[in-house]
Amino acid sequence: MNALVDIRRLRRSFGGPAVLDGIDLKIAQGEFVALLGRSGSGKSTLLRVLAGLDTAPAQKLEIPARRSVVFQEPRLLPWKSVIENVALGARKPDARALAGAALADVSLSHRRDAWPLTLSGGEAQRASLARALVRSPDLLLLDEPFAALDALTRLRMHDLVFDLWRKHHPAILLVTHDVWEAVALADRILVLDQGRFSHEIRVDIEHPRRRGDPQASLIETGLLRELGVELSHV
Amino acid sequence: MADRSAAERNDTHGTPDASLLAPADNRLWRTAGRIASPIAIIALWQIASLSGLLSPRILAAPTEIAITAGRLIASGELVTGLVVSFLRVSAGFSIAVVIGIALALTSGLSRLGEAIIDPPIQMLKAMPFLGLLPLFILWFGIGEAPKIGLVAFGAIFPIYLTLHGGIRSIDKKLIETSQVLELGTIGIIRHIVIPGALPSLLVGIRYGLSVAWLSLVVGEQINASSGIGYIITYARDFLQTDVIVVCLLVYAIMGLLTDGLVRGIEAYALRWRPQVIA
Repeated sequence: MNALVDIRRLRRSFGGPAVLDGIDLKIAQGEFVALLGRSGSGKSTLLRVLAGLDTAPAQKLEIPARRSVVFQEPRLLPWKSVIENVALGARKPDARALAGAALADVSLSHRRDAWPLTLSGGEAQRASLARALVRSPDLLLLDEPFAALDALTRLRMHDLVFDLWRKHHPAILLVTHDVWEAVALADRILVLDQGRFSHEIRVDIEHPRRRGDPQASLIETGLLRELGVELSHV
Repeated sequence: MADRSAAERNDTHGTPDASLLAPADNRLWRTAGRIASPIAIIALWQIASLSGLLSPRILAAPTEIAITAGRLIASGELVTGLVVSFLRVSAGFSIAVVIGIALALTSGLSRLGEAIIDPPIQMLKAMPFLGLLPLFILWFGIGEAPKIGLVAFGAIFPIYLTLHGGIRSIDKKLIETSQVLELGTIGIIRHIVIPGALPSLLVGIRYGLSVAWLSLVVGEQINASSGIGYIITYARDFLQTDVIVVCLLVYAIMGLLTDGLVRGIEAYALRWRPQVIA
């Protein structure tokens, strides 16, 4: 396996018990990995290390130089128009043209000159996604990017992310607490619990994956149990 | 649309608006009420002056003041004085803007800078700066320097304090985002710090301007041989209360005009804010 991300024995603690307790993680080129875990399980800490926003001791820490992050909040600069925000991600001479193309990719061309504060939650998150993609990253880190969106918008965003992944094929690490989101999108799902991976599962179901598909439901229920949720009605 | 009205409801930046408490059709009455009261006061004042209750040595009649204003404008006296006063404020305020911004950037962007700059400024701020006038006269004599110096000194504080606060309160998440986007230090200052602190800075500039005009009024009382302050001093010696009131009105108008100018800049520079987009 040609690993894009190769981490061995990663440890991170903030004074108290270790948040990440000797983690091994490999992500292949173009692989879509979802990371599940209860709050406080260390998901975001791991993502911050991968994003280069946090440093932690590890035996080995191989991370691609070209990476982008989409956070839970869109984090657009409110004083720059949508296209200027996206162009800021590119920082090349033809940044504006690239930004225009990235906005077309997320179907946001009609709002290119809008101010971020006038966008809806879904539009803002799509702009944020365009800003991450315009860097043509090898590794795209998504930190619960759809958690603040309403259920319908979230489903549409799932399709969008999937299409963009098919088109540009970066490796993706999606941090989420939405089990269905992970099952619907990822090749591989990791469950993080108390700073260690407690569970790993490959999802070999054809896309598009439908909710209620027996195989998908089985994985979903298994993951929920792993996260400590017993479903009596399933 | 719904977002915008929500933003307007949350807007605490604009002037307090009584219409929030009252239905729309009450607004006309409220406006009428707001105009009626000053008009009534001026009318009472005029009656008091005409009946001899209010001596012109205490305060001239409104009509007298209007006539004097016309005369001073026609003679060119007022305009000449105004230009001199305006140049003093411009010079002093420009110095304040440059020094205030330089100090705030230094102390807002580096911990060392803050340790060096912030404590002495906080100490100086506690001093009633108009009380420094005697010292300024001793240091700078009685020419233009103490007047411009007083304007500059007074206006530095609001500019420094608001910009420093603005830089310190910039959303850390945006700084983090710019690290992910690899903007570099200069890029962060250019794309995040300056535009992010601009709303605070503009508030400081508006407040600083009002302080600048106030300082000028005080500074010009001392041995001025030109400017609005000189006209006032001269009028005081001859008990011309009408001239004094006209000059005070001119100060007020100049203050309002310069404030309006900054508000215009504000409306353009901050057009990304929903309540300004309108």
